[in-house]
Amino acid sequence: MDISIHNNEATALSAIPELAYNAFMDYNLDLMSNKPERHCVLYFGYKTGENVKLFCCIADDETHQIHISSSLVFSATVLPSFTAINHNFENFERELHENFGLSYSDHPWLKPMRYAFDRFDKSQTIENYPFLKSESEELHEVGVGPIHAGIIEPGHFRFICNGEQIMHLEIQFGYQHRGIEQLFLQKTKLLERTTLAENISGDSTVGHTTAFVNLWESLCSYVPDYSLNYARTLAQELERIAIHTGDLSGISTDIGYQLGNSVYGRLRTPIINFMQEWGGNRLAKGLIRAGKMNYPFTETLAIRLEEIIKAFEPDFEEITDKLFNLPSTLSRMEKTGVVNYDQVLEMGTVGTTARMSGLKRDIRTSHPYNLYGSSIVHEPIMKHHGDVYSRAQLRREEIRQSIGYVNELLQNVPLFDKPKNIVMTPGSGMFVLSLVEGWRGEICHAAITDHFGNLLVYKIKDPSHHNWMALAQAVQNNEISDFPICNKSFNLSYSGHDL
Amino acid sequence: MSSNFKIMWHQGKQYIPDVTTAEVPGIFRGRPIISRTKVDEHQLMELCPTKAISSHPVCIDLGKCTFCGECAVQFPEKISFTKEYQLSSNEREGLIVKEGENHPITLNPDLIREEIHRLFGRSLKLRQVSAGGDGSCELELNATNNVNFDMSRFGIDFVASPRHADGLVITGPITVNMAESLERCYNAIPHPKIIILAGVDAISGGIFADSSALNREFLEKHRVDLYVPGNPVHPLTFINGVLSLLKKGGR
Repeated sequence: MDISIHNNEATALSAIPELAYNAFMDYNLDLMSNKPERHCVLYFGYKTGENVKLFCCIADDETHQIHISSSLVFSATVLPSFTAINHNFENFERELHENFGLSYSDHPWLKPMRYAFDRFDKSQTIENYPFLKSESEELHEVGVGPIHAGIIEPGHFRFICNGEQIMHLEIQFGYQHRGIEQLFLQKTKLLERTTLAENISGDSTVGHTTAFVNLWESLCSYVPDYSLNYARTLAQELERIAIHTGDLSGISTDIGYQLGNSVYGRLRTPIINFMQEWGGNRLAKGLIRAGKMNYPFTETLAIRLEEIIKAFEPDFEEITDKLFNLPSTLSRMEKTGVVNYDQVLEMGTVGTTARMSGLKRDIRTSHPYNLYGSSIVHEPIMKHHGDVYSRAQLRREEIRQSIGYVNELLQNVPLFDKPKNIVMTPGSGMFVLSLVEGWRGEICHAAITDHFGNLLVYKIKDPSHHNWMALAQAVQNNEISDFPICNKSFNLSYSGHDL
Repeated sequence: MSSNFKIMWHQGKQYIPDVTTAEVPGIFRGRPIISRTKVDEHQLMELCPTKAISSHPVCIDLGKCTFCGECAVQFPEKISFTKEYQLSSNEREGLIVKEGENHPITLNPDLIREEIHRLFGRSLKLRQVSAGGDGSCELELNATNNVNFDMSRFGIDFVASPRHADGLVITGPITVNMAESLERCYNAIPHPKIIILAGVDAISGGIFADSSALNREFLEKHRVDLYVPGNPVHPLTFINGVLSLLKKGGR
């Protein structure tokens, strides 16, 4: 009755069982019931005539399998929602509702998701988002955005407050929507699609591009050699070090700790400058390519990187020792913005936003890819308090862990082939899914091809898809002045959400 | 307290003393040079993901170029990228690099409004708006003011309120959903004001140029004072571009 695949394994579309909607719903909800090791990595659909074909992908972190099932529903039927029973599906069903007009009889929060240009109901516009309202005379509302005070992406936050205390936060998205998934179908050249993947979320260039090239190679039955996997693994760990370091700088800023801001800020520079030495771009755009490396990693670069890491470590440890021992910084981080284990499990968060509260979600261990599970045996770092402090500690320790992996990788630099153009032809009638643990968490890309081998669907999920709700929960009952530090400690992506 | 001084001491000198002449590390892809070597021009044009390359003569439009470097990898005898990060221009045509030409990209002094140097030459406050930007140009614009690049030493700062700003820096291809907010932000900036487009997405739409989710009418209505190419813009490209705009006579 079901089919399960592994990460980056392409399967024939016809092999995926098609169930009646009720059986489809029972099957997937049963899979997830009382099983914290199972989570929905993707639930999406595409339109075929008057019907919508749905695909649900449930990953099992213990067996390393991903269970795939499908269902065909008539778009005008009113359906019972998955969300009423399991909140992991909340955003996925909102998306299906917005894109295809699927209606649900018992979805608790069926609001617009991102105001996609090709949405079903064009009368819904971004100016008229239906925010939760409070009738109370004691409470007031605070609206922030879409344009924020700093140089960041746009999104709107609506707080309901009792004095300084936040009672409720609702986050409205869509300002960043660029129609990326549609462009994947519109643009047919490999380099165009790779460039699109690089621009999904600029701070996760390596993560998203790796997800794309791993998927594409699998779809074209191309097996990447050790050197390609090596470069992708190394680049991912460097991206993690760079962005985590930048986040510690941002957390310091929002505490008002100037020294931390400056030192962590400048410590990020040599890492991203190294990305430029390697691939010509500080944020690694142009580096990751399917089937080749235009900028091979050489012994000379390995020596440079070793020097850079050696210089990074003592300065990083010195400022870290300070930040994590100052009473004034600790008092701002501890017990601020708490989300507990039960909450993150209910929301189905991923990556650091799960590991901060004791929920073990890390694709590098659970669904290994590239060199993870072979050259690098990864054990996720876990924290349990789910506060700003846990999120900061996670970053500190993951930076150290990634440095360990980088040093390990540098012991054995493979020889790279000269970049050559390999003709890659996608298989026809295929389904493929690719998972990558970006620095933020689980990145998921999926593709379906028609019987000519053309892309029928390209689906992207950034970890922010799951994790934004955790921010909304975290700030409840906190002072509104602690919102910036809570927000920075999650550092979620708007463009990754809006696509 | 003494440990604070120790930490500061250990950082050494981090700032770049001269942002106009500093050399960037590694293989930065800056201003391209196109040789007169004959190649299959059709193939070359087809290669580019954002249609930045045109033929007769072969040109690269830096307003469309994502600086991925694929053309230089495939046609090394035809195209090479220098490490020159001075890429900004105040006219759209100034971003087009032609075959056989090899000169720095500069601003056209005749097009710089006279009041820019007079009013903003010693102090320029900018409001940045991301309108569909992927976060990369935003990261780099933040970096312009870190301890390495330290743009505020020139009196150039990013401010929170458009009311305090002298100009607007736009990143991203301008989405339908951000179009109105962008316009409102621009209207909230007091006159006289400047507009800077930062990054390939803002200048031409980049890889998103054909998307139905964009609304670029804002750029038809308002005059752009500076185009800063890059994907994302390098902090030095941005700082040099703005400094050239503020100088008397554009240099």
